[in-house]
Amino acid sequence: MQANEIYEKLKAEYGDAIMELVSDEATEAWIRISPDKILEVCLGLRDDKGFKFDYLANLSGMDYKDSIGVVYHLYSVELKHRITLKAILDRENPTIHTVERVWKTANWHEREAFDMFGIIFENHPNLIRILSPYDWEGYPLRKDYVTPQEYNGFKVPY
Amino acid sequence: MGLLNKLDNPYNAGGIVLGVAEDVLNWGRSKSDWYLQFGLACCAIEFMALNASHYDFMRFGCIPRTSPRQADFIIVSGTVTLKMAERIKRLYEQMAEPKYVISMGSCANCGGPYWEHGYHVLKGVDRVIPVDVYVPGCPPRPEAFFEGMMKLQEKIKMQAIFRKREKIAEEDAKNAAEGKIVVPGLVEVDNH
Ligand code: SF4
Repeated sequence: MQANEIYEKLKAEYGDAIMELVSDEATEAWIRISPDKILEVCLGLRDDKGFKFDYLANLSGMDYKDSIGVVYHLYSVELKHRITLKAILDRENPTIHTVERVWKTANWHEREAFDMFGIIFENHPNLIRILSPYDWEGYPLRKDYVTPQEYNGFKVPY
Repeated sequence: MGLLNKLDNPYNAGGIVLGVAEDVLNWGRSKSDWYLQFGLACCAIEFMALNASHYDFMRFGCIPRTSPRQADFIIVSGTVTLKMAERIKRLYEQMAEPKYVISMGSCANCGGPYWEHGYHVLKGVDRVIPVDVYVPGCPPRPEAFFEGMMKLQEKIKMQAIFRKREKIAEEDAKNAAEGKIVVPGLVEVDNH
């Protein structure tokens, strides 16, 4: 399936939850979806006979300066098509439902997005930091992050 | 008679070599250093090459250990993150004296490519443990590491086991002024 076919089919099924298709960028076409419907849409993408997106290739956080985003890269091993989903969240309170129960891979990816961007994945079974130490403060990949002067008695700057 | 012959002919069967106990011990120590492996990043990959048959690190008498309690020195090869720094310190503290540290690569020396924007990188492992030899490079070639290893062996050979070197030098100067002969590190011998 091509990106626009996927978009049409999703739009027919989920209506307003599917917000726009962007296919004129140099990157792969992506579909913007509403964050509060993420679980339903992902379950549909995985289980529908026409989609069969059984592989979550990547899940990453993004900092768009005025908002925070989550990007999902999906691939279907059987049908050999792919699509990218983006959900844009509020910067002050970036919260979205986890897709851990849809693709198990999402577990660690979501922990990383939480660690680096502070995105809260609701109902995640174990949302703790994965790369940074557990007592780390702040979210390092956010654009407004300031490098700390000290961590546990270690001087951080050169 | 027999004993003196053996002294004259030290390298034939049953010969005797006279030496200073400290030097013998240090010679032994410098040729059989077991090291605690601490591979952290890309430098550890170079370190694997060093260990493999082409460069054959074991010819220095160095055997890899995975327990700090059996190691004479630790090779910190790679980027020391703040999370790892605490672990390195703990491992170093578990090693038995005398212990040494080789810092391998720019990262372990001073933060390397992460010196400015590495919010998570310790800018040099010498901020947590005392380093004996720094090996520069990103990553250092095995030859560079061998140079560092030989520097460490030199250092071990120079080490005072029974008395501190400075003190020995002081005493030697004093004894020389008084016309006494002293074998360093051993008992004092009176000239008369
Ligand atoms: S010094 Fe260079 S090769 Fe070594 S760990 Fe750092 S970045 Fe990697």
